[in-house]
Amino acid sequence: MDLIKIVEQEYMKKEIPDFRVGDTVRVDFKVIEGNRERIQPFEGIVIKRQGSGVRETFTVRRISYGVAVERTFPLHSPCVADIKVIRRGKVRRAKLYYLRQRTGKAAKVKSLT
Amino acid sequence: MPKGLLGIKVGMTQIFNDKGELIPVTAVEAGPCQVIQKKTVEKDGYNAIQVGFMEIDERKVNKPMKGHFKKAGTKMYRYVREFRVDNPDEYEVGQEIKVDIFSEGDKVDVVGTSKGKGFAGGIKRHGFKRGPSSHGSRYHRRPGSLGAKGPARVFKGRKMPGHKGVERVTIQNLEVIKSDAEKNLLLLKGSIPGPKKGLVIIKEAIKAPQQG
Repeated sequence: MDLIKIVEQEYMKKEIPDFRVGDTVRVDFKVIEGNRERIQPFEGIVIKRQGSGVRETFTVRRISYGVAVERTFPLHSPCVADIKVIRRGKVRRAKLYYLRQRTGKAAKVKSLT
Repeated sequence: MPKGLLGIKVGMTQIFNDKGELIPVTAVEAGPCQVIQKKTVEKDGYNAIQVGFMEIDERKVNKPMKGHFKKAGTKMYRYVREFRVDNPDEYEVGQEIKVDIFSEGDKVDVVGTSKGKGFAGGIKRHGFKRGPSSHGSRYHRRPGSLGAKGPARVFKGRKMPGHKGVERVTIQNLEVIKSDAEKNLLLLKGSIPGPKKGLVIIKEAIKAPQQG
């Protein structure tokens, strides 16, 4: 099993900003259109972090024009250019699936002060 | 010149290529293999080289194999396999074969022994369709008809439930993503047969599409 870790090490990012479930983050995602590169930001609440090693992913949820959008990003993907923590959230759960059932004010995560 | 190597399956993971795409890979700890014997048409009726892989303690080798290794003047190995070659004279007894015979972008065939599944029914073993689960069908995972009434017997080769797995499986045209001679590590795109720590034989692809 150790050899797999060695293989993965090479493809992992050295520095990953410290962010947790419940935090509001802005993910800068690189999009390649033809031969042009563009950065597409995606801002929302982190509702889960899953997996380990290079396979780790995180899911960000946001309400965009009244429609809930959830996007899952591979944490170590070179397309995830940057992750900025905008607000720390106070949560008591590892996975915030309960946010899906809630709307409006109830779907808010308390800020960590 | 066909080339081959023995290896141990390490496990699967995924890596990113330079475009940022995720690629599923299997890590194989391959080689170094040592040539133990050369077989020729004159002497053995066919051309091949015999290689050993995974060194083991002398105590663990039985007497006939010990004699065989002593005669070649090589170390003791757990696995001994043969590779057909056109010209065995290109190799020397005692020569080491390492992963660097394969480079990035090469196509390889991988032979392994599949994982055992025990006694499996027709659906799992042969991919049969299943019956309806409900509406009183009472016919769920059964194999169906075994043939016509006329011959009054079941023809040979009828697909039926039975033992599945633990058989030799070849996967063709796998791409070599990376070959690390220092760590004796090979990354192959996709999955390969067998459990972790299972022996696999890696050969040059025989059906690889020609370049250009």
